[in-house]
Amino acid sequence: MALFSRKKHPDGIWNVIAASSVGTLIEWYDFYIFGSLAPIIASQFFPKSNPTAALLSTLATFAAGFIVRPFGALVFGRLGDLAGRKNTFLLTLVIMGGSTFAIGLIPGYDKIGFLAPSLVLILRLLQGLALGGEYGGAATYVAEHAPPERRGYYTSWIQTTATLGLFLSLGVILITRHSLDADRDASIAKFEQWGWRVPFLLSILLVGVSVYIRLRMKESPLFSKLKEEGTVSVNPLKESFTHKGNLKMVLLALFGATMGQGVVWYTGQFYAQTFLETVCKVDFEQTRTIVIYAIMMATPFFIIFGSWSDRVGRKWIMLAGMALAVICYRPIYNQMYHVTDLTGVDRIDALDKEDHVITPVKGGTASLQTTTRVREYDNGIGTREVVKDTLYADGHHALKPVSKLSKLLPGSPYWKLVWLVFFQVLFVTMVYGPIAAFLVELFPTKIRYTSMSLPYHVGNGVFGGLTPFIAVLLSTIYPGDPLVGLWYPIAIAVVCLLIGTLYITNKKHLYVND
Amino acid sequence: MENMNAIKRYAGVIWILLGPVMLGFLLRTAAREVSRNDTTDTWIQWGVFITIFIPIAFGLVLFGWFALKGEYDHLPESSVEIE
Repeated sequence: MALFSRKKHPDGIWNVIAASSVGTLIEWYDFYIFGSLAPIIASQFFPKSNPTAALLSTLATFAAGFIVRPFGALVFGRLGDLAGRKNTFLLTLVIMGGSTFAIGLIPGYDKIGFLAPSLVLILRLLQGLALGGEYGGAATYVAEHAPPERRGYYTSWIQTTATLGLFLSLGVILITRHSLDADRDASIAKFEQWGWRVPFLLSILLVGVSVYIRLRMKESPLFSKLKEEGTVSVNPLKESFTHKGNLKMVLLALFGATMGQGVVWYTGQFYAQTFLETVCKVDFEQTRTIVIYAIMMATPFFIIFGSWSDRVGRKWIMLAGMALAVICYRPIYNQMYHVTDLTGVDRIDALDKEDHVITPVKGGTASLQTTTRVREYDNGIGTREVVKDTLYADGHHALKPVSKLSKLLPGSPYWKLVWLVFFQVLFVTMVYGPIAAFLVELFPTKIRYTSMSLPYHVGNGVFGGLTPFIAVLLSTIYPGDPLVGLWYPIAIAVVCLLIGTLYITNKKHLYVND
Repeated sequence: MENMNAIKRYAGVIWILLGPVMLGFLLRTAAREVSRNDTTDTWIQWGVFITIFIPIAFGLVLFGWFALKGEYDHLPESSVEIE
């Protein structure tokens, strides 16, 4: 406990942390609910049967994360270094919350046609832009209020928000999904019809509270000092990226820290979920609750590692997290795969169930046959396979029936998976807990917002955001190896680990007031 | 310290080479994927990746160049050293 009890907390620091963290958490929540509800959103706004709508879907998915987020870092970073931290991250919060709320109000493609996916695309791009501007502001704001020797500890609260935002989004989605009707299946059906809008609409309440709190905050003392002295940067973009002394630090931050941190973050919290659902075929809700439990248990470690970095320096904690990820990913995912693998496990034939439902399709030329097969295995794992097949009037079937298999896990393998995901999130806490303090200490006050935002969002948005996509791509190119997708985060983390080890210093730059 | 700085400088060559290698690998994969599935969707996806990775690859080359020139032998400890 000595880790947390060394000194009295400075006046007002908890208000600063609360104002910054709550807003940042809500921004992450807003950003993630779109991703978590992507299949439902696609069916409502981006029908695959229409190529233009599908195209807009691709743009919304790829452009928001990879281009707009770093661009938002530049736009709002510049604004934050010119106009102040408080006003800028207030603006990003309003843009994010407004966009999320508006997505919840847009009528579906069947009601207003192309206008629906076009509006969703614009709002999603605004979300990406706002997210790009938020984090740097919040981290800078807290760091500039924090006492130098406790900067890692206080900024680590900001670091919990990305994970808690994911936690909150998964929780709200699961609760909404089950509370719309007393009957479970009816509730899920209602959620898919209209209930998915609730998590989006809820955002406006959360943002309202957060704006109220942030409006009462004062500007960062260091930025106010610069303003009084008249030394605010005239052109922070130019100073950050054309001045060799700054540019080399921006590049070091990206290649020696945030690039590896980004892939570790996305592997532990997103790819783990994708892997469980698509490769291991674990049930939709179990996959999410596994991630929720793992996050819940690991979140305090953001604070622990952030605080520890005040004592031992930021470098080795972050790099140890990367090294552990590089060494452990394949064994961990191998275990995840084998825990759910049913090869060689005996089936309990007496418990087999099969059910057929035939639904006529409009027009009467065909009907849809849905076959549900429920199986139980000796190790306690149950499977549910739903096969959808089109039966034509002339008697022939669809060329390729659509089949979906999901596994329901009993206690022991379920909790084993929770622990395996927990270890991955633990690596996340090591690389991510101290990184805000590390980035803040790398750049001078007058260009800090701009300079730290870009490497952070390129590292996370581009290198990290690509993790699930590249992992799935690798598994389609090399289908024989279910773990092949891990080579991407491992390769990026190895390069970052080498660069970080060689070039980053472990010295703590206590004085950031210049 | 001298030895460490020498390693940092020599490693700069690796980062300089890694930039074009990474970009070449990306372009080759993009060409293969587009030829395998020649749809507008695939073009957009890979177009976005290449657009975003060109400056990143350039950044890695620049990072290697700075390392080779000894810019990272000593990291600044205050803004005065940066300016």
